[in-house]
Amino acid sequence: MRDSTLKKVWIYFLLTVTSFLVFFPVLYAFMISFMSGSEILQGRFFPEAFNFDNYAKVFDRLPLFKYLLNSFVVSLTVMVGQLAVCSLAAYAFVFIPFKGRDLVFFLFISTMMIPWEATMIPNFFTIQKLDWLNTYQGMSLPFFALAFGTFLLRQHFKTIPKELQEASQIAGLSRFAFFWKVILPVSKTSLVTLGAYGFLTTWNMYLWPLLITTNSSVRTVQIGLKQLQSQEISTDWGVVMAGVIVVIIPTLLLLFIGQKQLQKGLSQGALK
Amino acid sequence: MTTVRAPGVWKRSANLRIGFLYLLPSIILFAVFLFYPMIRTIYLSFFLTDQNGNAAVSVGFENYSYLLTSPAFLNSMKATGLFVLYTVPVGIILALFFALLANEKLKGIGFFRTMYSSTMGISVAASSVIWLFLFHPSVGVFNRILLVLDFPQIQWLLDPEWALVSIAISTIWMNTGFSFLILLGGLQNIDEHLYESSRIDGAGYFYRLRRITIPMLSPTLFFIITISLINAFQTFGQIDILTKGGPSQSTNLIVYSIYREAFINYQFGTASAQAVILFIIILVVTLLQFKLVERKVHYQ
Repeated sequence: MRDSTLKKVWIYFLLTVTSFLVFFPVLYAFMISFMSGSEILQGRFFPEAFNFDNYAKVFDRLPLFKYLLNSFVVSLTVMVGQLAVCSLAAYAFVFIPFKGRDLVFFLFISTMMIPWEATMIPNFFTIQKLDWLNTYQGMSLPFFALAFGTFLLRQHFKTIPKELQEASQIAGLSRFAFFWKVILPVSKTSLVTLGAYGFLTTWNMYLWPLLITTNSSVRTVQIGLKQLQSQEISTDWGVVMAGVIVVIIPTLLLLFIGQKQLQKGLSQGALK
Repeated sequence: MTTVRAPGVWKRSANLRIGFLYLLPSIILFAVFLFYPMIRTIYLSFFLTDQNGNAAVSVGFENYSYLLTSPAFLNSMKATGLFVLYTVPVGIILALFFALLANEKLKGIGFFRTMYSSTMGISVAASSVIWLFLFHPSVGVFNRILLVLDFPQIQWLLDPEWALVSIAISTIWMNTGFSFLILLGGLQNIDEHLYESSRIDGAGYFYRLRRITIPMLSPTLFFIITISLINAFQTFGQIDILTKGGPSQSTNLIVYSIYREAFINYQFGTASAQAVILFIIILVVTLLQFKLVERKVHYQ
């Protein structure tokens, strides 16, 4: 009995210390975001007072509202686009048997071997030729198709009993009605997982927005951070950290709410 | 496909047509934004290009032979290799350690799980800015600790000896959240009964870890190893914000090098050749993973 209590104390100790270390950089950034320049120089951990001067300043120096709005629009667009494109493909892979389906499936697998960075040069010129630089469609459309997302949904669709399809055919539902009214509603959890994943990864995207935005019209918060950091670096760390906190709050919230769901869904999608 | 004019050919191919209709959006997008540009990149790698990225002069394999003898590119490959070596093993072991801890059924474990996974919700740009501060020579927390302990100060991001290590440390932190979530998911999929029977046999914790947990976790481990390897080869954001490839090119990892060659120097031919090399590396890693998984990994 005493043995297991000792073990528990030991595990709690390790949990507390290591999770604190993992979270420390964020916590510290949060504290810094309330500090004045001289407080930062003193090397304090807690600010003297929680005043929001730095937050006011960061919205003053950057069109941060605009950037936040852009990030929301682009992330939501990619999320919806991915859900639509991936669920249609996954539906075909599970419910519509046809000749050559395995070949198409192999094509999807092969997309996972092409690193996106290896294709960015022609992609940049494609977007430029379409006159899509500094547009929402240029920011989002290339990311709608996603093999990982298709596999994740396919995994879930496969668990839906085939009898449901037969029953719906007898009931006179068209294929699309079956997809829309039966399959999608029963797959809500997987769709939420993929949606959260899509939103998160798009919100955090860096290289593509860096390439195709040249002004603030569709520029996202991530590029805003780069701007902020290169403007303010030697002067005002408090303002920079206020920017960081504003940028990470939406995704941190999403992660905290959906952590359980994401973990289940991602590990399912990872392993066939 | 068939010349038989049997009634119902049109009808029998209905599945084919409808199936393709559902797959069409994916196929078009993959074609336009993945397969075409990949082929185009390979094509461009055999040319010198003009400012608009059009092929101008065919040079055969000269871009490649130039790269393979260029000290700058070889240095970039070496830095990339070192970076992979620094980040992948440590990152996975750390995430596995956290996942094992967080898999214990204790009160309040949900809180700790959230803390461990938190870095997944923080973008590369935001993380990099935070770490830029932590590494700051005078106000950064690392040098403050060194000062208190009376150790010599380190110019983390400014010293060619330390810059890559510093980037690696911050990258390990950034990737912990995702690896942790995947590994925890894998741990929770392991059948409880396996442990119960071993507990009756009186097997100790580390024995169970070695004999049950790790083998049963191997598919997940292989998955996360592959993803981590691929991610490490694709590192970009932290370089752009923390060091810009410097000091003296010591952190000029391959994707950053491609970016610079293409979008700063406008040498799209040699940049494409580098991109092809990156593609081949990733291809080999993925294929190796498939082969290994077939042979070694233990599935239930």
